[in-house]
Amino acid sequence: MNETVILAAAEGVNPLVPNIWEILVTLLGFAVLMFIVVKYVVPAFEKTYAERAEAIEGGIAKAEAAQAEASAALDEYKQQLMDARTEANRIREEARAEGAQILADLKEKAAAEAARISEQAQVQIAAERQTAVISLRSEVGILATELAGKIVGESLNDDARAARVVDRFLADLETAAPASQSAGAAN
Amino acid sequence: MLLVLLSVVLISWFFVAAARRGKLVPGKMQFLGEMSYNFVRNSVGKDIIGERDYRPFVPLLFALFFFILVNNLFGSIPLIQLPTTSHVGTAYALAGIVYVTWIVLGIQKHGIGYFKLAVVPSGVPKAILPLVVLIEIISTFLVRPVTHSLRLFATMLAGHLIIMLAAAGSEFLLTQDQLLLKPLGILTLAGGVGMYLFEILIQVLQAYVFTLLTAIYIQGSLAEEH
Repeated sequence: MNETVILAAAEGVNPLVPNIWEILVTLLGFAVLMFIVVKYVVPAFEKTYAERAEAIEGGIAKAEAAQAEASAALDEYKQQLMDARTEANRIREEARAEGAQILADLKEKAAAEAARISEQAQVQIAAERQTAVISLRSEVGILATELAGKIVGESLNDDARAARVVDRFLADLETAAPASQSAGAAN
Repeated sequence: MLLVLLSVVLISWFFVAAARRGKLVPGKMQFLGEMSYNFVRNSVGKDIIGERDYRPFVPLLFALFFFILVNNLFGSIPLIQLPTTSHVGTAYALAGIVYVTWIVLGIQKHGIGYFKLAVVPSGVPKAILPLVVLIEIISTFLVRPVTHSLRLFATMLAGHLIIMLAAAGSEFLLTQDQLLLKPLGILTLAGGVGMYLFEILIQVLQAYVFTLLTAIYIQGSLAEEH
């Protein structure tokens, strides 16, 4: 009996022949699904993706901008540092030059002072020598006269030699006197 | 037939709910939705149709995949236990949509010369060209939609039959008076459970295959060469 049922079923329904309502319902259902997918699902997902991509790219762009800014600031600082360094070097050079200038000035001034002092000393020495010569001359004259007196007194009756000594002495005195007198006048 | 409407409601509800918020950092539901959407969008659409043209076909592929998936999975849900796609009409309708889609696309892209492009392969010797053209016409325009629809329908129907057969057989064997038949009933029951699990795999796989073939057909229509 079972067999006949199966046979009847097999004969009655060919599984490859569709029921028209199945096709219609499927088409309708799929159309509704398609509508919802096109209208709501896909745009929403794509929008989210786009936003996410934008957020990520925006973040990257922002980070890049920050990095660029930081590197620019770094360059600026480096530049400033270099400027300050060259400035310091310049100032140091100037100070050194100025110091050398001052030193040279001072040396020059000292040399001039030294020259002035030595000249003054020489003049003074000359003057003192002159006074010494003058005083010596008068004293020598006196001494010589005294000595001569003594010599004359003791060996007046000597020979012609004594007379020659006296003569020469007198002649020497006469030649020396005008020279010492002119020296004393110059002082 | 109510199952078709149920599947439409289920899919729409889930994905609209998952996509509506559209947060940059997705929650669990949105993440699941995005993962599913991404699978069809990138693994099927982008990889097969190509980076340049895939975008307009994402909705079709997406709707097809989840429509078929849910309708297949009805076969593994207790009490429903019947894949909608094991009705041949459903499979015909879906394959028909795809058939019309890729033919229209081909004509849109290449004009009426599309048919020549589709059936006359380049680089074939003149002598056997008529034969090749005949084979191409049959395989592309006649066999393709038939296999596309029957593959889905047949696997679903066969899976459904096997599970029902195993269930009915187990029931029959276990209720026999002969003691020797009861272990056999347990064996068929175990086999039925195994087939049930296997059937879930087949259901997912067939949804994927159907969608993948759709993408391949669309890509074929858009391609410059045969």
